[in-house]
Amino acid sequence: MIKVTYIDHAGTAREIEVEEGVDLMDVAVDNLVPGIDGDCGGVAACATCHVHVDPAWQDKLPPMGEEEDAMLELADDRNENSRLACQLKASPELDGLILHTPIGQH
Amino acid sequence: MNETVVIIGGGQAGAQTAVSLRKEGFSGAITLVCEEPVLPYQRPPLSKTYLAGELPKERLFIKPAAFYEKAKIDLLLGVRVNAIDTQQQRLALDNHQSLPYSHLVFATGGRVRPLHCPGIEHHHVHYLRTLADVDAMHDKFKPGKRLVIIGGGYVGLETAAVAVKHGLEVSVLVARPTALGRVTSKVVGQFFEQVHRSAGVNLQSNTDVECLQGNNEEVVLTTRGALLSADLVVVGIGLLPNVELAESADILCEDGINTDQYGRTSIANIYAAGDCANHPNAIYKRRMRLQSVQNAIDQAKTVAASICGKNKPYIQIPWFWSDQYDLKLQTAGVNTGYDEIVLRGDPETRSFAAFYLRAGRLLAVDAINRPAEFVAARNIINKNLVVSAARLSDESIAAKALASPQDTTSPT
Repeated sequence: MIKVTYIDHAGTAREIEVEEGVDLMDVAVDNLVPGIDGDCGGVAACATCHVHVDPAWQDKLPPMGEEEDAMLELADDRNENSRLACQLKASPELDGLILHTPIGQH
Repeated sequence: MNETVVIIGGGQAGAQTAVSLRKEGFSGAITLVCEEPVLPYQRPPLSKTYLAGELPKERLFIKPAAFYEKAKIDLLLGVRVNAIDTQQQRLALDNHQSLPYSHLVFATGGRVRPLHCPGIEHHHVHYLRTLADVDAMHDKFKPGKRLVIIGGGYVGLETAAVAVKHGLEVSVLVARPTALGRVTSKVVGQFFEQVHRSAGVNLQSNTDVECLQGNNEEVVLTTRGALLSADLVVVGIGLLPNVELAESADILCEDGINTDQYGRTSIANIYAAGDCANHPNAIYKRRMRLQSVQNAIDQAKTVAASICGKNKPYIQIPWFWSDQYDLKLQTAGVNTGYDEIVLRGDPETRSFAAFYLRAGRLLAVDAINRPAEFVAARNIINKNLVVSAARLSDESIAAKALASPQDTTSPT
């Protein structure tokens, strides 16, 4: 199992154990993580699973696709650490990953 | 005060209303009554990844069962509302229960438009709206089977794309001159027709079904005098809004249940959201009824806010998406009434955008494998910018820059 921690804008952390290969939007919705809606069901069409990846993990992430990059333009508080959680899958390299949910999504 | 919200319908709009009520801080009772005997689920994947067998059923559910328990949302699944007494503010359910409400939300969605043609009463045709519909076609959705799809809308074409990939022999019969004729332009519709034909789909436009014949094993369709045999027939010819219950309660319905921009119907304390609702659109300045996930979710949020006394008008640019083969179609806006189409990119490359303008103003875009253009169009419409046709088609200007105000002239 891979551990992923979601931290909301108020600083509340939720550590969740995730099976390898599961996308990090699905697991957030299943575990009632506030701030992650996943309205489009995980096809990078809506930007409601926008997260800020903890900078320490930035280098370990898969590269961002063109579609994800475009959709993030719809997010209010995009920064250099922004990703769509639906495009990130749990993997051993990401064990311990920390994701912050932006204030605009609460 | 013990307030009770009852939501009729467990689709995207119904579930979102319940979720948003709790997010808005509503502390009264919430009951969601849903005719289908399953947890609220997402419909878009039904004709895409779920039909393809790539998505397990659990992943369709909008929220897990535990969510509703924790949020104290009562789900009455497999239950219908028979009647509404708007004076007493009570519902009569088909399980003989009577349910009081202080606020009532119609999220009744729609049902498939039935196909009428001679012989249909003797043959089993499938529709594609519910989870049960897709599960029912599972046994015949096998490589080598002959599938005939009646209807060239999103559902029909998405089903065709999945079926061809799955090894079925696929025909699509489109009554209109062009596929996707209700929602898009000839140029985009013809592009999709070409894509399907080159993938091996026998797609025929301007083609009605005249009658159905056959036996238990196969259905034989007559079209334009020719015969077409099928192991499986799927009909996708549109949606009818479920308004009968609202009409029986004397709620004003035209095409759908009429609401104001706060989701309120003509009767106090009764609201509507999603595919069943007809709203006054502030961006397009006319009434419209939309059938989309975005509309269902955003109207549900509006209704939840209204119930909580926080009036947040519904002002959203509609958007839609469709996945077929390697193509993602993303539509922003509604193109009705356009007088000019501007193409950006070449359809031959399977990556282009069609911008729809009226009097020089952007109404909508169909972006095919062009997410940046989709986003740019949403921003242009949102900011009410005027971007010339020449700029829209100029690929030397990055899509992202199309919506930057410094590069455009703002209308006065």
